[in-house]
Amino acid sequence: MPVLDTNEGPVWRRRTTAAQWAIWGGWFVGVAIVVYCWKLVSDKTVWFFVTDAGRQAADMASRMVPPKWSYMETLWRPVWDTINIATLGTLLAIAMAFPIAFLAARNTTPNAGVRAIALLVIVSSRSINSLIWALMLVAIIGPGVFAGVLAIGFRSIGFCAKLLYEAIEEIDAGQVEAIEATGASGGQKLVYGVIPQILPTFAGISVFRWDINIRESTVLGLVGAGGIGLQLDASISTLAWTQVSLILIVILATVIVSEWVSARVRHAII
Amino acid sequence: MLRLEGLHKRYRTGDEALKGVDLDVPDGQVMALIGPSGAGKSTLIRCINRLVEPTSGRTVLNDTDLTALSQSGLRAARRRMGMIFQEYALVERLTVMENVLSGRLGYVGFWQSWFRRFPGDDVQEAFRLLDRVGLVEMVDKRADELSGGQRQRVGIARALIQNPELLLVDEPTASLDPKTSRQIMRLICELCKERGLAAIINIHDVLLAQMFAERIVGLRLGEIVYDGPPDGLTPEVLTEIYGEEDWEATIERVDEEGSPNTEALASDIGAAGS
Repeated sequence: MPVLDTNEGPVWRRRTTAAQWAIWGGWFVGVAIVVYCWKLVSDKTVWFFVTDAGRQAADMASRMVPPKWSYMETLWRPVWDTINIATLGTLLAIAMAFPIAFLAARNTTPNAGVRAIALLVIVSSRSINSLIWALMLVAIIGPGVFAGVLAIGFRSIGFCAKLLYEAIEEIDAGQVEAIEATGASGGQKLVYGVIPQILPTFAGISVFRWDINIRESTVLGLVGAGGIGLQLDASISTLAWTQVSLILIVILATVIVSEWVSARVRHAII
Repeated sequence: MLRLEGLHKRYRTGDEALKGVDLDVPDGQVMALIGPSGAGKSTLIRCINRLVEPTSGRTVLNDTDLTALSQSGLRAARRRMGMIFQEYALVERLTVMENVLSGRLGYVGFWQSWFRRFPGDDVQEAFRLLDRVGLVEMVDKRADELSGGQRQRVGIARALIQNPELLLVDEPTASLDPKTSRQIMRLICELCKERGLAAIINIHDVLLAQMFAERIVGLRLGEIVYDGPPDGLTPEVLTEIYGEEDWEATIERVDEEGSPNTEALASDIGAAGS
């Protein structure tokens, strides 16, 4: 369309004049909406609290320093618990996600009914946050590390299975066809044709999820599911701000280490 | 040995890939199947080992009606048909040895193959075949480290370790350079001769087909339009198969090389070293 016939021959433009005006109009409407919403938010804000925020933050910060380093002695155990929750939860999740992914992938599923069930499992696992999983599991099996492991595990099944089944659907069908042509059985087709192709992705997904789970398991203690969150909750409710600051530092350090490990492992695999 | 009777394939999209193909391949014959893209060459050979299910018609391999087999019967029958692919279709992340041994999957149980515990005879045969195709020092390399020609040699070894009666070869040279193409075609034909194997080779390179095959079948729009010796490919026949084009250059090359099967081979021996 945007080729215009002129006396000097055809001229090409990216858009027609009408399309160009429509785009300008779209921008105008969009900006107007943003300005209007800004006004609504501003009207409902108590600006006194906002202007006061800097002073409050400074006040809290001043109560947080210096971190109470001696509190570290009691923290080692919860940190260890947190790492265990993340690791065991991830193992649980990948053990369950692996078969579910094969049932959910279009090219390896036995039939459409099984596929629908597998997809339902994936969606329900993903739609519930691990904090909510933990709340429910603490109510069912009582507070403690085990509830945390299960919460992390259930939350991660969907994530791992979804990424894995997408990887399975994207494999090179030619390699599977070649294995099939040798007279291999269905199971052998999976072991020789499919699994070698998805193994790097599978390892990458597992490590990536473990890294996410380290971060998620630091808050599970807030609802009683074990780990360092328990100490964080206790310290905030007793206004022990020097302990809170130490806990935040420890969480930060743990997450940095886990990200570093995860990045190194994934780099080594892929 | 292999007989196709009224083989017919209509895809779900409605495309009619094969329109009743009748074909007889005797023992030990190397047959080239030529034809334009979309003529149904790939479909034809995939209908034989039922990677593609034929819509109707029969394929009979040494008195076994392949089209009537159950799943387990079909698996047993597939062991007798080795297949070689255009893009090699090696499992890229497995080693050369694992790829060759995967040709024995039809003969070993699931756990045996899971733990890679193949019978000693199979492993010895794999070494012999890798030696034959000139890759014995590559045994432990991963398939994705090999060049195109080397990969196709692994593909050939994988097909042969099945101890097949028939080779189904789908465009073996389409991803290779001209020199490697000739070497691979020569290797396939030599191995067929050594073992008395029949082969159906899909190939779109008319010249290569004429050089190496004993018999040429031309397929066009799912129907056989030529079936005869390589030197019967006149411009008229090629026009019939592929459509109007100046075919003189193609024909001329073959004339220069005289009897295509012997002299072309001799002139290539210098290049066969690698």
